[in-house]
Amino acid sequence: MRMPEPDATTLDRRLSVVHELRRMVPEPGGVIHDPDELAVYECDGLTAYRQLPLVVVLPQTTRQVAQVLKYCHETGVKVVPRGAGTSLSGGALPLADGITLGLGKFNRILEVDLENRCAVVQPGVTNLAISTAVAGQGFYYAPDPSSQIACSIGGNVAENSGGVHCLKYGLTTNNLLGLEFVTIEGEVIRLGGKHLDSPGYDLMGVITGSEGLLGVVTEVTVRLLPTPATARALLMGFESSEAAGDTVTAIIAGGIIPAGLEMMDRPAIHAAEAFCHAGYPLDAEALLICELDGPEAEVEHLIEQVAAIARGKGANSLRVSADEAERQAFWAGRKAAFPAVGRISPDYYCMDGTIPRHQLPHVLGRMRQMSAEYGLDVANVFHAGDGNLHPLILFDANRPGDLEKAEAFGAEILKLCVEVGGVLTGEHGVGVEKRDLMPVMFEPVDLAHQQQVKCAFDPRHRLNPGKMFPELHNCAELGRLHVSGGRMPFPDLPRF
Amino acid sequence: MSETLKPATADQVVDAVAQALAAGTPLEVVGQGSKRAIGRPMEAESRLDLSKLTGISLYEPAELVLRAAAGTPRAEIEAALAAERQRLAFDPPDLGALLGGPAGRGTLAGMVVPNLGGPRRLSAGAPRDHLLGYKAVSGRAEAYKAGGRVMKNVTGFDLCKLMAGSWGTLGVLTELTLKVQPLPETSRTVLLLGLTDGLGVRALSRAMGGPHEVAAAAHLPAGVAALSKVAAVARAGAEGRAVTALKVEGPGPSVAHRAGGLKTDLADLSADAEDIHDAQGATLWQEIRDATLLAEPAEGLIWRLSVTPMRGPEIAHAIVQRLPGTRGLYDWAGGLVWLAVPGDTAQGDGGAGPIRRALAEHGGGHALLLRGPEALRARVAVFQPEDRVTAALSRRLRLGFDPRLILNRGRLIAEQPEE
Repeated sequence: MRMPEPDATTLDRRLSVVHELRRMVPEPGGVIHDPDELAVYECDGLTAYRQLPLVVVLPQTTRQVAQVLKYCHETGVKVVPRGAGTSLSGGALPLADGITLGLGKFNRILEVDLENRCAVVQPGVTNLAISTAVAGQGFYYAPDPSSQIACSIGGNVAENSGGVHCLKYGLTTNNLLGLEFVTIEGEVIRLGGKHLDSPGYDLMGVITGSEGLLGVVTEVTVRLLPTPATARALLMGFESSEAAGDTVTAIIAGGIIPAGLEMMDRPAIHAAEAFCHAGYPLDAEALLICELDGPEAEVEHLIEQVAAIARGKGANSLRVSADEAERQAFWAGRKAAFPAVGRISPDYYCMDGTIPRHQLPHVLGRMRQMSAEYGLDVANVFHAGDGNLHPLILFDANRPGDLEKAEAFGAEILKLCVEVGGVLTGEHGVGVEKRDLMPVMFEPVDLAHQQQVKCAFDPRHRLNPGKMFPELHNCAELGRLHVSGGRMPFPDLPRF
Repeated sequence: MSETLKPATADQVVDAVAQALAAGTPLEVVGQGSKRAIGRPMEAESRLDLSKLTGISLYEPAELVLRAAAGTPRAEIEAALAAERQRLAFDPPDLGALLGGPAGRGTLAGMVVPNLGGPRRLSAGAPRDHLLGYKAVSGRAEAYKAGGRVMKNVTGFDLCKLMAGSWGTLGVLTELTLKVQPLPETSRTVLLLGLTDGLGVRALSRAMGGPHEVAAAAHLPAGVAALSKVAAVARAGAEGRAVTALKVEGPGPSVAHRAGGLKTDLADLSADAEDIHDAQGATLWQEIRDATLLAEPAEGLIWRLSVTPMRGPEIAHAIVQRLPGTRGLYDWAGGLVWLAVPGDTAQGDGGAGPIRRALAEHGGGHALLLRGPEALRARVAVFQPEDRVTAALSRRLRLGFDPRLILNRGRLIAEQPEE
């Protein structure tokens, strides 16, 4: 993976950068530049890529964040924002000539306002901590990425994180009310609040999922939901992924929006069952877990409907959770699918494409062919309700060429996702991992329009360069108009 | 207005924008024109009419996705969805009657680009939450695409969010892909009678925080309730009693159960509760969605305020103190305040000052002058003014997508192109 060439001048003045940062963030531990300590920050959840940052700064106040960003803007130093470092796409991969700006010290829940169903938190608070803080009062925060124990809400905003409940409750972007945000010029703005919608351009909407390329979030107001009265799950085994896919289609076509609807293929079922003995049917080619939540009377009713649909589509095993413990057991295997695969293979590479759901059998079939061609096994877990696919490519990094093969296989899967009408990433982000695949999905003109946003927020490209875009155009050049005055008078255009 | 351009293809939209760009003459972008009277009066020399750009190109009910050309009539979209027992989740208002025109008009893009949601916006999200992808022609006269057709997509910047709420100033949409929603089997609306505004909104807040999955939550002061076409609501209003309304949707047994649960849970606030069924409920929620209860007198100014839900009543009361004769209602569990301000204030600022001062003093939010005479809309900020830094970012975005301010110039704010 090619990263922007480190700037020699910046590398040379490293000590002066450290000195300046110390002045801005004088607290003990606020600036880290010892190489051993920097090693902690050398990668995020995408561990295949590593790079020691120039220096790490851990500010504690919005004012300090503003000072650091202004300094970067004015003196030409690059800056990589970092939450908990759980990104699976390398969004927080450091730059040799860049400051890593960690938000870990922004770890307080500032306000819980249940009457207005929201909480105001600092960006370093973990996703799960928000739900935990309000669970006793019967509320929760809906998006639940599988890293929720560790990932921070600020990182969730940066990546527009999802989870298993997206089909019914949306992604991060659908569950935010307000942000405090610092621009690269060091200006602090507040977007939204406890009210809904935005009066002008939806800046909060475009900042969400911008992978640290537009600025730094220093406060987040999230929407809280009342905990559903009940939740129950069905565990359904099928002889083919087609039958399982048809069942998903029939459930949604029947007007039912489950809280979670997950599919696993045979290799994933076997790995998960061996790992945590969830009672999954080992004779099934595909397994569906369907969770319904809400008022008891409704869940009861819908469970029966889903069961009838599954039987009609030829489910050869079907269990309904009788109590909370059994529901948790159904999920245990799915939630442990990644570590379970990790046990059967020295390494695995987790992909994250989304496809139109009806393409599933075709995509799984093509993936089996590719698997044979590359000589690498693949296990699939799938957020079936919303079409988000997580193929896990099994490989051994110690075997020469395996990592490269796995990456090539992964890229081919993502190209296939785009080819069938889907996208490169459903929830993990582009980062460095899928950066060079962006042209598979977008034409240069599409990317140029996306980059207009970058130019409005960070015209000098100080924020997280080398991520998301294969190539960042000079903003002045990108801004130039190409007017063809000679093309008039457009004879084909109907006029009245 | 020198001419109206009526492109029938996206390529012709490119030509139209290129022509305007070359000549430096701004365009007014319209669909069926049902929301033309919203916003600042524009400086436009030609009109770009998208009403010929129609047709649903993809509708897969089982995948909850619909794609259609920007000018596809609202009625066509709604009919196609209804045939598959689906709908647009964000409940777009039909403001035709409120703005003095016929009801039932409008286009797909016209429902999305202003990012205005109806009563169900509270539980289901706004238009911006349902726009999965689009094709557009920017003010650079370049056709491009953004987003996709799948529910989960974080590939690149989320430009869909910018387009919803842009009022046509960032690009001319030519095609939109939306997430749609199954129609619930049935619905029921619980009415609590005789609560003050404060207690009414408190009841709504408590219901929203409870287990009954409330889809919509509104409070109508007695004078407004009296104008309803729904007998039970009008009767209560005529008796001087306010009506607090909570809608639940879903399978029949569930709906009955939850309506009962709501009444039980809120019994300490209101002993006087009743239910109305699907059809009557539809009438009531449409009256709230389209603000038709505030439509008369026609010279009244209509403001739409998004506020911290529990502070809705204190904001409304602060405004009424300063602008006597103002009437209103609360939607979104108190978070959306609709106000009809007496028309004579249009000689002054139309209430803009007092309304925005009340917002600033009571927890913030934003106010849109949705209906008012053209002269007033030219004089006061129709949309909530932004702070200096936000305004500068918005301006840079605007210039990035439309460097010569060709599209709907002046609709959101007074603006001039860079020299």
